[in-house]
Amino acid sequence: MTVTIGAPLRRKEDPRFLTGTAHYVDDITLPGMAHAAVLRSPYAHANIRSIDTSRAVAMPGVLGVFTGTDFMEYNPLPMAWPAGGSAGLQNNVNTPRILATDSVKWTGEGVAAVVAETREQAFDALEAIHVEWEPLPAVVDAEQATQPGAPQLHENAPNNVVFTWTVGDRDGTDRAFAEAEVIVRQRLVNQRLIPNPMEVRGDVGRYDPASGEYTIWMSSQTPHIQRLLLAAFVMGVPEHKIRVIAPDVGGGFGAKIYCYADYAMVLGLSKKLAGRPVKWVETRRESYGSTTHGRDHITYLEVAAKRDGEVTGLRVKTYANLGGRLSTIGPGIPTTLYGRLLAGPYRFPNVWCEVVGVYTNTTFVDAYRGAGRPEATYVLERAMDLLADELGIDPAEIRRRNFLPPDAFPYRNPSGLGRAPNGAEILIDSGNYEPALDKALAIAGYERLDEAKAEARGRDKYLGAGLSTYLEVCGVAPSKWIGAVGEGWGAAMWESANIRVHLTGKIVLTIGTSSHGQGHETTMAQIVAGELGVPVEDVIVQHSDTQGTPFGYGTYGSRSAAVGGTAAQLAAGKVKEKAKRLAAHLLEASPDDIVYESGKLYVRGSPDRAKTIQEIAFAIDLGFDLPAGMEPYLDETAYYDAPNCTFPFGTHVAIVEVDEGTGAVDLVRYIAVDDVGNRINPLIVEGQIHGGIAQGVGQALWEGAVYGENGALLSGSMLDYALPRASWLPDLELDQTVTPSPTNPLGVKGVGETGTIASTPAVVNAVVDALSPLGIRHIDMPLTPARVWAAMQQAKG
Amino acid sequence: MRRSVALTVNGQARTVEVEPRTMLVQALRDGLGLTGTHVGCDTSQCGACTVLMDGMAVKSCTVLAVQADGSAVTTIEGMAHDGELHPLQDAFWENHGLQCGFCTPGMIMTAADLLAGNPDPTDTEIRHALEGNFCRCTGYQNIVKSIRAAAEQMRAASVGGGGQAS
Repeated sequence: MTVTIGAPLRRKEDPRFLTGTAHYVDDITLPGMAHAAVLRSPYAHANIRSIDTSRAVAMPGVLGVFTGTDFMEYNPLPMAWPAGGSAGLQNNVNTPRILATDSVKWTGEGVAAVVAETREQAFDALEAIHVEWEPLPAVVDAEQATQPGAPQLHENAPNNVVFTWTVGDRDGTDRAFAEAEVIVRQRLVNQRLIPNPMEVRGDVGRYDPASGEYTIWMSSQTPHIQRLLLAAFVMGVPEHKIRVIAPDVGGGFGAKIYCYADYAMVLGLSKKLAGRPVKWVETRRESYGSTTHGRDHITYLEVAAKRDGEVTGLRVKTYANLGGRLSTIGPGIPTTLYGRLLAGPYRFPNVWCEVVGVYTNTTFVDAYRGAGRPEATYVLERAMDLLADELGIDPAEIRRRNFLPPDAFPYRNPSGLGRAPNGAEILIDSGNYEPALDKALAIAGYERLDEAKAEARGRDKYLGAGLSTYLEVCGVAPSKWIGAVGEGWGAAMWESANIRVHLTGKIVLTIGTSSHGQGHETTMAQIVAGELGVPVEDVIVQHSDTQGTPFGYGTYGSRSAAVGGTAAQLAAGKVKEKAKRLAAHLLEASPDDIVYESGKLYVRGSPDRAKTIQEIAFAIDLGFDLPAGMEPYLDETAYYDAPNCTFPFGTHVAIVEVDEGTGAVDLVRYIAVDDVGNRINPLIVEGQIHGGIAQGVGQALWEGAVYGENGALLSGSMLDYALPRASWLPDLELDQTVTPSPTNPLGVKGVGETGTIASTPAVVNAVVDALSPLGIRHIDMPLTPARVWAAMQQAKG
Repeated sequence: MRRSVALTVNGQARTVEVEPRTMLVQALRDGLGLTGTHVGCDTSQCGACTVLMDGMAVKSCTVLAVQADGSAVTTIEGMAHDGELHPLQDAFWENHGLQCGFCTPGMIMTAADLLAGNPDPTDTEIRHALEGNFCRCTGYQNIVKSIRAAAEQMRAASVGGGGQAS
């Protein structure tokens, strides 16, 4: 192992971003390119009686106007991750078509498309399309949608229920509650969020009439999966006839994992225009209604415990809002990635979780940074604080009493992580939770908080501290688990990497994961450079083009380093092996006697006669003189299916001040001690944690999608949806413990989501702690001044 | 109803044909091919489109191209000279002040405006100067750090190069 792994190197990909020469989808212009715009429903629930496009067709520059019936050759979008398990077979799947045909289920569902010479002409023509609507009653709240008399969205889903899914031990949990010395209960709303990557989504589609091949540039986290889904499920085109390219992608946070209607739309439009390329880029307002949302749970939480604080049972019922139609993996998020992880880092002997997935007249909901795990962590970390408050035990102490001890691993958690129906076992492989807690408390000055609280009261502020001792599941991988029959999403979760050493000496790594801000071009190069003992500059990383990279499942679930990085490392190992065999041949020695050191190969004891890996590669690539049986070219591929997920953990502490007069919350300090295993590039790791925390704090304090009762998205623009701004956040204080993951040879766990998962409950716990002198024990997010002020007034009577 | 707009863009005289409704950002991107300036929203909130117009940071999605007629405009493409990065670009690189890179051009142009008027800003001043620029990746921390580092470097260069210390 050389120093490149663990080095805080500045990123190789940065110069193009810093000089304005990167290429995002909207920066792509092709000869003859036309522009598409989509007419979207102004109603949350309505039947389409008729669509009159005659005026629009006659508008200047308009090349065509199309409605849903023009795309009937394409199937509705696939839904690839049913809840499965106890929910049984799902025969009520309703997914979007390319454009809606008979009815719309949320404001923002597409109903017609215009293609024109310019984008402006396309937008102008949208205004001239006349739709005759039959408005229907709408419902936006998941719990209300299941009640008798609620408006019904789909005939095949009575009471709007998509599934009822359970996990855990019901009888054992009931017994624990019957015998409990203390029970705490709380209704929690985990509000709907809008992911808001800075680059909206968009595509450029091109059909080649000569070959029948399609090329699409899309802002996606998963180019290979999109090709597969478009080919096999939507368009019915052989996979080899579709090429998907994700160029530079301006953030995703989950919202760019899925199969969207616009992909097949732009390709279909290009075909209708005899091969003219077609660009569609959503506006931000459009994005708010038509790109997926996240979270949106209503949860009834119950904790059973002994008086000394030992937890004995956890019972959770959650209504998960999935929107008007299902997104690609919508049902998998509030089930497998939520219910199965509910026990967290604590020794809960009994857990019972029931999740009701619900259709409502809202934008579809799918994974958003953390995806199920933030929702689980919020439930659990609020639960620990509610219990601490009930028993008069310090929140740090109650966590300490319930932590899984370091010798508990490998640990089979009781909320069902470990037992897929096919027998696949997922055990929590490692952990050591107290050192992170101790470190965070020390940095926060937790012991001296009473003084700080008293001092703040003198300034008409309430000061509070909140903890989140989270455990997350990352490196989402094992195919045997995620693909388990009746549970999984019917696909695998391995990753791939190919290394070719070019004749001209550069080492070119192509990967199946897809960077959209994470810095793969640097991190992956560090892994390969470290393995091969060459300068990082000599390793070139290429990704996100299905033509030229090996198949991979993409980037989400904090899996690129743990799964994709390991594939890169294994490919480098194969390169070394082949190089050794050739070196042995050229140096007339046995491969066992060849030493590989710092990018050079030599016969043990004769380092003066070393050959560089480039010299060896040159010889193999030419193939003039190869040993018997060796194929020319140094070109090695590795596919890696991890044996397990990874389990990052840590302690975050938020310190807030609440203004007595206004209810405004000021996040004064934020301490994060994270154990994400080994860090390949600490600079990038810390950046991921910073950004993750900002998003989690955003949920706690400011962000939230708001629907009117009629289903109008009231927070439908960046003006109305409160994203965190620079001046709202303090300098984050980061520290670490390092427990290398035993699952992969790099010892890495994944860091893309930890900040978001941990920070939301830490901040809410801090605000509730601050206001505990008033008797407040819970306020639902986001903790805006208005909400906090109202809670304070209510508490004061 | 096309109008001709004359601009000095990154030091070069350019003319661009626009509609009266065309925004400066579209004139730069579609008319002049300068796609480093990005569009991130439609409510003048995100700041990804920030450029310097006559030395002042403006959101080019909120300036009509015809309003900019006769102005000098600097975009992200005009920050590096002769292959040498501007100190802000260099500092963003060194301090990991960017992840997906989409907000970065706007951040750098806003920071250039800040440092032109305040060569030694506090962290609080930097954070307030960024009020009109969203970043969803970095949590802003390394952006603030980058701007601080660039300010330091620019002050040192100005002292060393011009003898303008006072």
